[in-house]
Amino acid sequence: MKIAVLSGKGGTGKTTVSASLALSIGKCQYVDCDVEEPNGWVFLRPEIKNTIPVNVLVPEADALKCNGCGDCGKACQFHAIAVVKGKVLVFPEICHHCGACLIACPQEAIREVNRETGVIEINEDNTFLQGRLNIGEPISIPIIRELKKRLRNDVPVILDCSPGASCTVVQSVGGCDYCILVTEPTPFGLHDLKIAVQLIKNMEIPFGVVVNKASQDNQSVQEFCKQNQIEILLEIPYSQEIAQAYSKGILPVEHNGDWKSKFEELYQKVERGARK
Amino acid sequence: MKVCLSSNGNSSDSIMDPRFGRAAYFAIADTDTMMFEIIENSAAASGGGAGITSAQLMIDRGVKAVITGNVGPNAMNVLKAAEIDIYRGSAVSIKENLDNFNKRMLEKIDATVPEHHGMQGGQK
Repeated sequence: MKIAVLSGKGGTGKTTVSASLALSIGKCQYVDCDVEEPNGWVFLRPEIKNTIPVNVLVPEADALKCNGCGDCGKACQFHAIAVVKGKVLVFPEICHHCGACLIACPQEAIREVNRETGVIEINEDNTFLQGRLNIGEPISIPIIRELKKRLRNDVPVILDCSPGASCTVVQSVGGCDYCILVTEPTPFGLHDLKIAVQLIKNMEIPFGVVVNKASQDNQSVQEFCKQNQIEILLEIPYSQEIAQAYSKGILPVEHNGDWKSKFEELYQKVERGARK
Repeated sequence: MKVCLSSNGNSSDSIMDPRFGRAAYFAIADTDTMMFEIIENSAAASGGGAGITSAQLMIDRGVKAVITGNVGPNAMNVLKAAEIDIYRGSAVSIKENLDNFNKRMLEKIDATVPEHHGMQGGQK
């Protein structure tokens, strides 16, 4: 069972929900796919045992074979290569590692070399996995791809996704059995929820919604879900107590049995939803 | 000598565009004849690598000097490798900038501005 937790809008509570779920359902694997700023470790406090570098392939031109024809630069859709005075200049940060330059080169002068753009980190018993993109690197996908190679099949897997609904989220969500969409009752939260709903419907994955910071005063998310026949899995009320504990890295499930059973129920709903 | 000016518009009376890689137009001028050829910058709206593409265009067109406002690090690398000089123009028409260049009144630029500086329109 692979469950992706995503949101559209950032800061709605993806990590709160995924880490709480991980702490409530017994043995499972938590995977932090928000590789630009992984923060599940703050709540789950794992001891990292293995750090594995993630490399991408970037081109390098062999000056002896290169005749300066410029075909590699013309083939590059990302403008990562300039050919100046018969010399190939590569801009590795802009390269998207597609390999087109390699194919385009008539002299076979291009070879690909490794460039490290981040790491993945794993704890001793492989219940915690996170990706970490190096600062200044623009492309998260290779890190997420490496994470997804290491998903377990013997225990439930919870994937804490990045905000938004772009490539990184698509990469994280692909192949999952169920999606939990976390949102908050603000115009922005609802707006981005709608985008996330469109994405997940397109990907044909069963999903439900968790309303975080829920309030009686604003039922906009509930109304939207009712109109569109989307199941609301859980409401977490707007609460100063929860926010204060969160700021110290403590989740409600850690000291409150009621919350633990609510997340157990959430998991049961997810299991049922995934089977439909 | 062929000189290229980044331009906001498609005439010699247009104001110079302070951005290089994401300039709206490029005016390629011949300093001997004072004739302009103005081309739209296809890289202006690209996702990334605008500076590299624009610098490559300068090389392909045989430009020897660029007159603009700011140049980013990637474009600077390419222009330097191609030994194309860069001069700082001002917010007047490209024709006036070219006159100033011919009178040797423009300052040469060696320093870059940060990446994606021109994506907000080049304002400081």
